[in-house]
Amino acid sequence: MTLMSYRQALHDTLRSEMLRDENVFLIGEEIGVFEGSYKITAGLLEEFGEKRVRDTPIAEEGFTGAAIGAAMLGLRPVVEIMTINFSLLAIDQIVNHAAKIYGMFGGQAKVPMVIRTPGGGGQQLGATHSQNIELYYAFVPGLKVVAPSTPADAKALLIAAIRDDDPVIFLENLALYNTKGEVPDHDTPAVIGQAAVTREGHHLTLIGYSRMAHVAKKIADQLADHEGLDIEVIDLRSLRPLDRQTIVESVKKTHAAVILEDDWLTYGIGAEVAASISDGAFDYLDAPVRRVAMAEVPMPYSKSLESAALPSENDVIQAIYQTLDAIGHRRTKTGPHD
Amino acid sequence: MIEITMPRLSDTMEEGTIVAWHKKPGDTVSVGEILVDIETDKAMMEYEAYEAGMLAEILVPEGGVVSIGTPIARLDNGQASAPAPSAAPGADETSAAPPVSPARTETAAVLSVAPLESEEDAERRIASPLVRKLAREHSLDLRQVRGSGPGGRIIRADLDDLLAAAEVDGPRGPAMPLASGPLLDAKRGSKEIPFTNVRRVIARRLGESARTIPHFYVTAVADAEQLVQLRTSLNEQLLATGRAKVSLNDLLIRACALALREHPLVNASYVNDASSTMLIHERINVGIAVASTNGLVVPVILDADQKTVSQLGVEARQLATLAGSKGISLDQMSGGTFTISNLGMFGVEEFTAIINPPEGAILAVGTTRREPVGVGDEIVLRHRMRYTLSADHRIIDGALAAEFLQTLTKLIESPLSLIV
Repeated sequence: MTLMSYRQALHDTLRSEMLRDENVFLIGEEIGVFEGSYKITAGLLEEFGEKRVRDTPIAEEGFTGAAIGAAMLGLRPVVEIMTINFSLLAIDQIVNHAAKIYGMFGGQAKVPMVIRTPGGGGQQLGATHSQNIELYYAFVPGLKVVAPSTPADAKALLIAAIRDDDPVIFLENLALYNTKGEVPDHDTPAVIGQAAVTREGHHLTLIGYSRMAHVAKKIADQLADHEGLDIEVIDLRSLRPLDRQTIVESVKKTHAAVILEDDWLTYGIGAEVAASISDGAFDYLDAPVRRVAMAEVPMPYSKSLESAALPSENDVIQAIYQTLDAIGHRRTKTGPHD
Repeated sequence: MIEITMPRLSDTMEEGTIVAWHKKPGDTVSVGEILVDIETDKAMMEYEAYEAGMLAEILVPEGGVVSIGTPIARLDNGQASAPAPSAAPGADETSAAPPVSPARTETAAVLSVAPLESEEDAERRIASPLVRKLAREHSLDLRQVRGSGPGGRIIRADLDDLLAAAEVDGPRGPAMPLASGPLLDAKRGSKEIPFTNVRRVIARRLGESARTIPHFYVTAVADAEQLVQLRTSLNEQLLATGRAKVSLNDLLIRACALALREHPLVNASYVNDASSTMLIHERINVGIAVASTNGLVVPVILDADQKTVSQLGVEARQLATLAGSKGISLDQMSGGTFTISNLGMFGVEEFTAIINPPEGAILAVGTTRREPVGVGDEIVLRHRMRYTLSADHRIIDGALAAEFLQTLTKLIESPLSLIV
């Protein structure tokens, strides 16, 4: 195990996968000479040369399409789209080509491609550069969408994504790049489609992914220390396929759930998770499932408005209290602050 | 003008606290709008308006505690108005009120009775899915459960008592220490008969009564000679005027009602272990245990002490007929304050009965038959009747039970007091 940042874990994994398999190559804007807008690809152009680290024009549709073609012919491209907002320019390539080719060609061609792209607001980048639109891709059969929240998962899921024969959208997060954690030294890939229970508990299930999985864990730890609450935390890790079984098993145990997401509430990932709970654990619910999400506005630029629009820790804690109140938990609880 | 009363928000609620008024005098109120937050001993509930109109007056301020049925506000529905309240809350509503009509006021008073939970509502209580699953698994009757969740939702924590009781009952539990070997086996030649709803209620309520109420029993015997003679002569007159006959039981209902009036502490209920009060009931409502085809039911004669023997007889027979044909409503079986169970018609000499909660006592009556007794220095045959009072010792002591029976016996032995 080595303590490193999420950013470092991504960098090291790209490098080791490029060393392992010469078919792996990187393509995207400013990833070579400039070493990446978020420095994930630092030093790789120098080490692997222009053939394996391709700087491109500002033309997302073009270089995504080029990567799809390369993947169909046997290479394993890792595309960097500078932020998920810019993937909208390539959405036809992703949705109508990358996702469809395997099926439409009857399995004769496949697209073993990874699109790495960070989402996340809170950086005062304005409405068009602060979105969390991974939902658009999680909606599409033919794609896989993973969203690591820790350096260890960043490594294990990136290995799995590069080695997977389907196109994988690999969601990073601006707020997570500098977070640190222990990362295994071995190169074992994660299983795509498997959520992680990052904290066991029996009072309530708190569900998140990417940054909000991080927030969920932090709040659960806080409430355990200060309120004696025993909250189970699930990090979804994969949005498609979604690990409904882990979610359902947890809610069967805790009888209540709160879902966190950084994107808008309406039609969101949280809605899908809530529906999964209703399908699989209806008879085990003792309270309605609650969701905490972003305000339904284009992200404001102003710092105070941006903070107000994003789900806050206080929002999460209030949702937890409301849910526990609804099942009478805090009335019977004898925690230190009750 | 409609009088809004403290609603009965659950089976066991006796009083409520006004937490917050959502409307102030002069505000218009539409049907379904939240009028007031009411707190019972367990939950806070929002109470909605059942009638539209203008809130004329708040009678119980925030923080006030009143019992069920106490008026808490007056709503002007524009149809009729009561005499102006002592202090007019504002000029406009007085002027807006149409002229007074006494007849309409009476109608309004009838309407003002707190809406009881209809049978259908009771069937479909708000409960979490987990609660519904547990209720199915343990055959729990959710109508008996008070919801402490938001909006009165029944949540898992509300089932603690029932689940504990279900475990004690243990008919589904894997270990049943009372039975040796399986219950349903060829050796016994058993077959399963599904419970009817009535049977299930009997099993649960009387099981709970026998488990939780410390019963004690006091038996007395009355010389019923005069009572039998009175009935005979009464029935001759009733027959002559084409009216229905009265039975010994009708006379006994009347006697019990009068004895209860004399001993109001017997006409009482234990609330629960957490309560610092017991309840004395001002109305004397006597339940009559009736064997129906579905099992025991107990129709209730309201204000039995206010009715004549022949009125009691007519009502008791009507209720018994309804009970036999299953046409009896929940309402006709609720509100009892005392029960009489009479097995005399089966020749039973005497027996003891289990108290019908939340009542405080029940009278088990045996047959009236001729027995040799000593009168002066002679042994003569006299009609005698034995009855046993089962009482809840938490609220009724032995001396009180004995005094009650003494009064009852005196009434039976001097029965003219029953018909004057």
